[in-house]
Parts: sequence; C-alpha cells; structure tokens
Amino acid sequence: MRVQLFGTCMVDSLFPEVGDATLRLLEHFGVDVAYPHGQTCCGQPAFNAGYRAQARGAAEHFLSRFTGSDPIVTPSGSCAAMVKHHYPELFQDAPQLLEKANGVAARIFEMSQFLVRVLHAHESTYRGTGTLTYHASCHLTRTLGVKEEPLLLIAALRGMQFVPMPDASRCCGFGGTFMAKLPEISCAIADEKAQSIMESGADTVTGCDSACLMNIADALKRRGSTVRVVHLVQLLAEGI
Amino acid sequence: MSEHQTSLNFRENSARAVEDASLRAAMRNAADTFGTRRSAAFAAIPDLEALRDKASELRMQVLDNLPALLEQFSSNATRAGATVHRAHDAAAARETILTLLQERGVRMAAKGKSMISEEIGLNAHLQAAGIEVVETDLGEYIIQLEGETPSHIIVPAIHKNRQQVGKLFAERLHVPYSDDPQVLTKIARRVMREKFLAADAGISGANFAIAESGSLVLFSNEGNGRMVTSVPPLHIAILSLEKILPRLADLPTFIRLLPRSATGQAITSYLSLITGTRKPGEATGAKELHIVVLDNGRSEILAGECREMLKCIRCGACMNVCPVYRTVGGHAYGWTYPGPMGMVLTTLLTGMKKSYPLVDASTLCGACVEVCPVRIPLVPLILKLREQKVNQGLSDPKEVFGMRLFGAAARNPELFYWGERVSRLFWPLIRKLGGKDVAGRLPEPSGRPFHRRMP
Repeated sequence: MRVQLFGTCMVDSLFPEVGDATLRLLEHFGVDVAYPHGQTCCGQPAFNAGYRAQARGAAEHFLSRFTGSDPIVTPSGSCAAMVKHHYPELFQDAPQLLEKANGVAARIFEMSQFLVRVLHAHESTYRGTGTLTYHASCHLTRTLGVKEEPLLLIAALRGMQFVPMPDASRCCGFGGTFMAKLPEISCAIADEKAQSIMESGADTVTGCDSACLMNIADALKRRGSTVRVVHLVQLLAEGI
Repeated sequence: MSEHQTSLNFRENSARAVEDASLRAAMRNAADTFGTRRSAAFAAIPDLEALRDKASELRMQVLDNLPALLEQFSSNATRAGATVHRAHDAAAARETILTLLQERGVRMAAKGKSMISEEIGLNAHLQAAGIEVVETDLGEYIIQLEGETPSHIIVPAIHKNRQQVGKLFAERLHVPYSDDPQVLTKIARRVMREKFLAADAGISGANFAIAESGSLVLFSNEGNGRMVTSVPPLHIAILSLEKILPRLADLPTFIRLLPRSATGQAITSYLSLITGTRKPGEATGAKELHIVVLDNGRSEILAGECREMLKCIRCGACMNVCPVYRTVGGHAYGWTYPGPMGMVLTTLLTGMKKSYPLVDASTLCGACVEVCPVRIPLVPLILKLREQKVNQGLSDPKEVFGMRLFGAAARNPELFYWGERVSRLFWPLIRKLGGKDVAGRLPEPSGRPFHRRMP
C-alpha cells in the first residue's frame, strides 16, 4: 500500500519528531510512504481568521502538491478536518479546483483514523509503562468525527494504564490565532485543561494534534507539573 | 443594555473577568451544572437528536415564510382581542410601550423575564419617565437590585454566588443575612407578591407566538410569568419577530427541546398560552393586551447570509458549553446576548463597527454546534463574520500584514522554508518581542525541520 504523507507546518518546524514517528509507524505496517516535497501549510490559520483569499492560496498550493489517488495521511486532526471539510467550500466557484478539492477531501485521513480503519493497527499491541490520559481535540472529534479510533489504539498500549480525564473533549484554549488575540482567555482555558489532566493522576497525556499538545504542555509547565505530553503516534512508535 | 454597549472592549473586559476568581468559580459551577443536566436529558431519550432535525426544519420554514406568518399572527391576535404594534427599532418599541403606560396612568409595572426588553433598554427608559418597573424573575430581580444586566439569557444572575445574593438582600431589603437559597427565595417571593398585587401593568416577553391562533407562548419556572400576564389589568408583551411558529401542532417539539436544552428539565414548570384578552366569564387574564413586535435589524438579518441565526430559540445551551463564555461570563461581551449565539447576534444586530472584537471570541471548538437544539451552524456563521470583519478593514494592521506574508509563503515553499529558518535564527528576539503570553508559549523551532529529514 502507498500513501502520501502530509507532515503539517507545525510538525515540520516545531515537532519534527512527530513526523519521524508517523513515518516509522507507517513503515512498520509495510506502507510505502511518499513525501510530496514543497508542501507547506493547509491554510487553516488564514481560514479560521477570516482571510479567505490567503486560505484559498494555501489550499491551491496543497492541491498542486498532493496529486494522484493514494490516501493522504496526516498526524493532525485539525489539518485533516480543514482539507476534508473546508477545501470543497473554498472552491465552490471554480469547478476544476473543486473537483480536485473533493478528491483530496475523499482521500485524506488523520493518522489514528488511518491506523485503525485501514491498517487495523489496534489489533497489534504496543509496549508502554505508567498511566496515560487522553485529550480529545476539538476538530478531531467534532469536525472529523474521530472519537473511537485513538481510544482503540490506546487500549492496544500494553502495560500502560488508561485513566480518563474529566471533560476530555473540552477545548484546550489554543484555537489557532485565538491564542494570540485573546491570550488571557486562552491561558485560563488551558489552565483548566491542565487541572483536569493533573486530576486524572496520569503521568502522561496524549492526543492527536500537535498544536493542542503544545498549548497543554505550556499550561502544565506553568503549573509546575511533570506530566509528560506526547503525541499518540510517538507513544505507538516507541512501543512497536 | 442597548445604550451602553462595550463590545469593543471585549479583550479588556475579558482580561478583567479572567482575574475575578469568584466570578470564574460561579461560572464554572453553573455552566457545568446546566451543561451536565442537558447531556443527561439528551442521553436518556435518543430520539431527541432526531427532534433537533425537525426543530431546525420548522424554524427554517418559519424564516422562509416570515412576512406571511407575521401577518397571520397579527390578524388572529387582533381577532382574539389583542392590539398588535409593529416596532421598527428599539426607540419605537420603547416609545410605544411608554405611551401605552402613560395613557393609562400606570405608575408601576411588574415585569416577567424578557431579553428583548434588555435589548431595547426598556427599564431605564420607563424609569426615567417616572414609572417603577419591578423584575419578578428571581434572577432578574437580583440583578435589578444590584443595578446590573443579565450575564446569561436563561440564568441572568449566573455570575453571582449565594453569599453575594445574601449580602445584597441584607443591604437592600433590610433583612437578616442568609445564604440559604430557600430563605432568599422566600424573601424575594414576599416582596414580589406585594408588587404583583399593586402593579397596574404587566410586561412580559414571549418564547413563541403561534400564527394560526394568535397565541403567545411563555415558558417559565417560577410562575411569575403567569402572574405578570394575568393579574394586572393591562398586559404588554414584547416579541421579536422571528419567534413565530406556524401552528399549535409545532409547539410540542419545542416543549420537549427548549427546557431540556436550557436547564436539562424534562418540562418547564409553567407553560402559558395566552390567546387574546380575558373573555366574559373568565376569572383571570388581562383585560387589555398589547403585543409589540420588534424588528430592530432582524429583517436585514433575514435577507442576509447569516439568516440561520434567527432560528435561535434562546435556550442558552451554547453558552453553557462554550469554553470562552464559561471563562469570562456574560458581561464581557458588552451587550445583551453573550456566548456563541450572542457574539453572532450582537454583531448582526448592532453592526460590525460596534462589535467586531466579538467575532474573535471563539476557539472554534464546535461545542456549541454540538448542542444547539435547532442546529444553527454557529461555527460557520462565526467564520463568515470574521471574513466580513477582514473585508471591512477592521482587523489589526499587523495581523493583516502577517496574514499576507503567510498567504504568500503558503504558496511558495522556498519562502515558507526560509521563514522557518529565519524564525529559528531569530528565535530569542521573536520570543522577546512576541511577549510571554504569546511567543513565550511556543517551543523553539527545530534545527532540522521534518521536510529536511525526508528523502
């Protein structure tokens, strides 16, 4: 099986180790991974802030890099949601681009979704230790509808005890440009998320979106917590 | 109220609210209580999800036929003995009501809970003309005593804890201090009962208005709604024009959805249907009924891209689950309606120039969309408003510059990767200039970005 890997801008620059883990996991399951060079950002920051022209530019660029018919896999719920649900919206007035947008929308997968639905990776087991809690990020759960997949993978982490946090699917307060425009509220919401994580008693927190995990890590650090924050693909790759 | 909009100061308002520990605790408790009760109510009855589709369709049909339905409502209400007034804006509605009261020599009016009256700034207007207005919903009464405005559309005093209410009652009503909700409710009830009996007029809102019968529908939990509308000889109901439902048969859908969405109750304590005035032989009911139908910008919304906002039935479920609302409370939004429905409706009703900071008051988490009983696409509406804000040139110039740069880089990989390298190179400086609450929350860019690790 062949896939195209969309690393996302956040992983590219800030969390390349998440990209490494994604690649390692896919290859572990015998997937042939192509990385279309020249990929940039899905355009979400502009789209969510109301800059439609810039978002459309980014989307057009994405369409020019991700051609063909192989599945596209990305370790980010919100970027997958952007491509799947908002790209077609952006090209309602441009039939040729709309066709391409519908094409990528149909073949994009968030990584946990691909692991479970296509590779049945939750039927394998992974090594792990300690206690783990899970943050169900907003666009992953509510826009993309991926709720069960990460939990199935977490259940396959043998040796790791899962302890749910209260209100796991409540927003972490990141919100893209929201974190910069209204930092006071963003930090206050993140502090509550950190509180939930600490209340769970877990020594590790995981999720499927690097941006949310980054925000959570910062809030935990502010509270002097030693809870480890790690992307789910990293946990799985470590446990192969 | 409408006169004192502070939505432009949303950031300052909210930064202050974030620092207010007792407000945050009260908001968390209350919003979580209602949010949890709502989820429990919906989990218990699976077909409520299907009912949301039906409710959404019904409300859409209403919007598609609004002028005809309003006409039908007016003629049927008139036939039942009511007088219907159309008010184009807040000033017209205030004047209509004041004139009605003055012509009848009303000195005191008892008021049921009405967000429309908050929207038009009715109390201040009547009081300035020497008419005493007494709020009779407990939450509204509390904030009236405090000189505040509601911070939630269903639970107006949600931001207050019982100790604060106890202190307020002790000071203003000269009663011994108590923070026991039952004792406080009894005190309020005693005060109000006298007011009900002495009031020359009752003023209420309406949750719905039925076109085929000309009836007003009121949901209430305290019974004050029924007192206000049936004890005084004159009843003035104020209604925003989108509250119409075509038929009585449409009402049960909302009887099931509204209380469950609002407070998690299976049914409201009092459901009043008021059709016209008191008939011969009837023991209760107002002898004179005036219905003021308010537009105040809604016809314009109806004709625009965000018309689905008018499907709203004011349950407040969206605010209870909103991470922003539960953190900053309702007053930060600076006008009548807070939370996700409030940020959209306020911007539409008062205009982008008076409220544009509100469109940023969302993380786009979508929790509101998940609970809205009439399936208003709140996130797409917020995105639409953000786009309008950008197009109207109301964004911060630094942001516009940054987004242009981003847009150029996103379609030019060399520029994009160059940007990554530069941000790595100048990270200490960026971190310093970007402030500790923004750039300080980001990790240092990697020396070996992912694209360079890939063959």
